[in-house]
Amino acid sequence: MIWGVLQFPGSCDERDALHACTLAHGEARLIWHEDRDLGGVDAVVVPGGFSYGDYLRAGAIARFSPAMESVAEFAAAGGPVLGICNGFQVLCEAGLLPGALLLNQSMRFACRQVELIATPRDAFWSPGGPKSNERDDGSGERLSIPAKHGEGRYYAPDEVLDELEAKGQVAYRYAPGHNFNGSARDVAGVRNEAGNVVGLMPHPEHAVDPLTGSTDGLRVFEAVAAAGTPA
Amino acid sequence: MARARVLIRPKEGILDPQGKAVERALPALGFEGIEHVRVGRMVELEAEDPERLAELCEKLLANPLIEDYEIQTL
Repeated sequence: MIWGVLQFPGSCDERDALHACTLAHGEARLIWHEDRDLGGVDAVVVPGGFSYGDYLRAGAIARFSPAMESVAEFAAAGGPVLGICNGFQVLCEAGLLPGALLLNQSMRFACRQVELIATPRDAFWSPGGPKSNERDDGSGERLSIPAKHGEGRYYAPDEVLDELEAKGQVAYRYAPGHNFNGSARDVAGVRNEAGNVVGLMPHPEHAVDPLTGSTDGLRVFEAVAAAGTPA
Repeated sequence: MARARVLIRPKEGILDPQGKAVERALPALGFEGIEHVRVGRMVELEAEDPERLAELCEKLLANPLIEDYEIQTL
């Protein structure tokens, strides 16, 4: 399979994302933000960083790039899209995922290893592990991966959060004691209703090599690969 | 060109850590009796067609999920 990793002015994690993609499966290439043509890729990663300097709001300007217009079409057609950190913010600003990411409760940029609980579901790809019917009861697979952001406090109105929970759209929660940014209901990542677009604040692409202490992040990419591999 | 000012503020009920931090700093400077500090953003611009400013706010300047905006034409 072929992965496409978007690159905006100000992206900084696209190289690690390329590396993680190729470790998981197939080959990966960068897609410049001005390219309208995604080049027939099977899955898209919107990586972390500070696209367009995070001016106005994180992700607010990146969502209008030509590449993002194509990603929206790709997602609407059922293509797997993974947004990480700034990529998650971009997907929320683009309306491809529900909610918004606000300034951390602490007001500080934080960089730390966090424990996540994945809440896979059987439709499409299941972030964090193999497909299963597991529900959001806190017993999901645990991942230890790094988080590094200043604006990662997940917010959605209560009625939207209720709906996300009812539809199994909370993809990741911070494990008890790990919600360092004040996210509503410990939400670290969400998926769209169809399940083919997933975004999360922590960085699976930085946890794919034993050298960095955890390879849990690789499982996220392997799950996307399982969905993106052409039949 | 019409001059306009757009005020953008966090929606009521949304925790505003910037406002809280400013509020907490005030007593140390001798400013007592100030509460409910909220920090927002102001955008000044000139527009050929001020009628379209609301659309501009909805699409870009504000995120309507988390922010309210107010357009002042000058």
